Amino acid sequence: MKIIRLLLALTVALTLTSCGRSGESGHSSSRKVIQNKGSDTLVNVAQAWAEAYRKINPNVAVAVSGGGSGTGIAALINGTVDIANASREIKPSEMEQARANGHTPVEHIVGYDALAVYVHKDNPLEGISLDQLAEIYGEGGTLEKWTQLGVEVPGCEKQEIIRVSRQNNSGTYVYFREAVLGKNRDYKLGSRDMHGSKDVVDLVQHTPCAIGYSGLAYATPEVKMLCIEDGQGNCVAPSEKTAFDGTYPIARPLFMYTDGEPTGAIKAYLDWILSDEGQCIIKEKGYAPVREVVCEGDAQTGE
Amino acid sequence: MQGIMYLGGISAIIFIIGIFVFIAKEGLPFLFGAFDLKEFFTSPRWIPTSENNPTYGALALILGTASVTGMAMIVAIPFSLGAAIFIGEFATGKTRETLKILIELLAAIPSVVWGFIGLTIMNGLIIKLFNVPIGLNVLNAGIILGLMAAPIMTTIAEDSLKAVPDKYREAAEAMGATRWQTIRRVVLPAAKNGLVSAVLLGVGRGFGETMAVLMASGHSINIPHSVFDSVRALTATIAAELGETAVGSPHYGALFTLGILLFIITFLINLTADLVVRGIRKK
Repeated sequence: MKIIRLLLALTVALTLTSCGRSGESGHSSSRKVIQNKGSDTLVNVAQAWAEAYRKINPNVAVAVSGGGSGTGIAALINGTVDIANASREIKPSEMEQARANGHTPVEHIVGYDALAVYVHKDNPLEGISLDQLAEIYGEGGTLEKWTQLGVEVPGCEKQEIIRVSRQNNSGTYVYFREAVLGKNRDYKLGSRDMHGSKDVVDLVQHTPCAIGYSGLAYATPEVKMLCIEDGQGNCVAPSEKTAFDGTYPIARPLFMYTDGEPTGAIKAYLDWILSDEGQCIIKEKGYAPVREVVCEGDAQTGE
Repeated sequence: MQGIMYLGGISAIIFIIGIFVFIAKEGLPFLFGAFDLKEFFTSPRWIPTSENNPTYGALALILGTASVTGMAMIVAIPFSLGAAIFIGEFATGKTRETLKILIELLAAIPSVVWGFIGLTIMNGLIIKLFNVPIGLNVLNAGIILGLMAAPIMTTIAEDSLKAVPDKYREAAEAMGATRWQTIRRVVLPAAKNGLVSAVLLGVGRGFGETMAVLMASGHSINIPHSVFDSVRALTATIAAELGETAVGSPHYGALFTLGILLFIITFLINLTADLVVRGIRKK
């Protein structure tokens, strides 16, 4: 009796899934799906692009997911995505692996991002230099306490600097290492390695002793952004403008990688991203566009 | 009919061998390549994505997992044994049934929800209560994990109490022992093996848990010196990094090696638990 019931349930389940399958395939034959994956820094804007593009070309659906630049590039190497988002350049080793798997990643710069340094909003510190950041985050660095930077942080009992970092295959992690620590220095172990850009800001918001780095677009009024001192008395605050004109020292290009020169729907999508319309969306999300664009909202939201 | 049953029975064996072969296959190229046994077990430096000098020291990760599991057992053992004794020996009728259902419900809470509780509620609470800089640490992850392991431990412990024949209790009562004396001197010693295996299964659960530990432990490579230090677990490292490494790279192989290590540890724990349980049956 039980067996019969089991068999019945199985048959029902099988019919249902097969129905689902045929429905899906019927769908995709009329609709092109672009798989887009990678950088957490870019995931918000990639989603905004995908949503806006749906209205422009309803026959193309862009499926966006995050996970980190490493994820995106690994997926490109493994041939499971059409476009990989990355907040760092592809490494020579990754390029080799891709070639070995029969893929040729082609680079497209789609915008610029300033990497902001965040502290708790009660922290009296205003600016920090790159050298100080390197001493905080770098291996063998000497800065362990906020008092060494000349401030006393309220609510932080032992004045210990709590370093918030990213997991080791995030593009933000790699870029920050190159820009602040230099190519040959590793991070000091013992940082709290968060799994997303937003998590870094969240943890800093709730932890008085913390310092963290994350994309400018993830700033909230609940945390404080430090300006970066250049050693000559200037302190440059991160913004879309300073990222674009290059005065902010830890700003980086944002990339999309395709497998080979893009064609067809993928090319059309990338062209649209680089058009005024696409670039206005990235600007609206708090990143810098690849060139000067005049957008609708500029008059109201201008700095 | 019998054939189907037989297939179902041996499928578990096929699956476990298949999984082991798969993990070993992915991990072996690394084991015979960039792997350095001494570094792996004695160095806390886990820097697989370093530009010039990638190192694969798993000591901090192993100690991280061990410390969180240890903390979890400190929380879970009194909780679950107490609950099991109450349900098995004292509670009757409706109380007993309600408690059993509630405990099973506790086991059904998804681990990501536990992790979320650790990340949001417990973090702030620990910072305030103990005046420490950050609440994502061994204590936080241990409490969360202890609460997660407690239901299964309670169920198994209660089963082993139930397996103690009633005539033992009757005999003890006939000798004039109070209820508490009966439990302490007669029932608990008789159920000893089952209780030990309940604890061991809890330990196994602790070693294997991923999501909640990833969220509540602080995910920081650190050899813990106190319960307020952030740590990183083996499982959490695999979960955080595996999806983002290129297949076949040394980093990928290193993560699978961590997987082999975990597999061996949990296998040994479960085997011990099983042998201990078998110990009771033989008596």
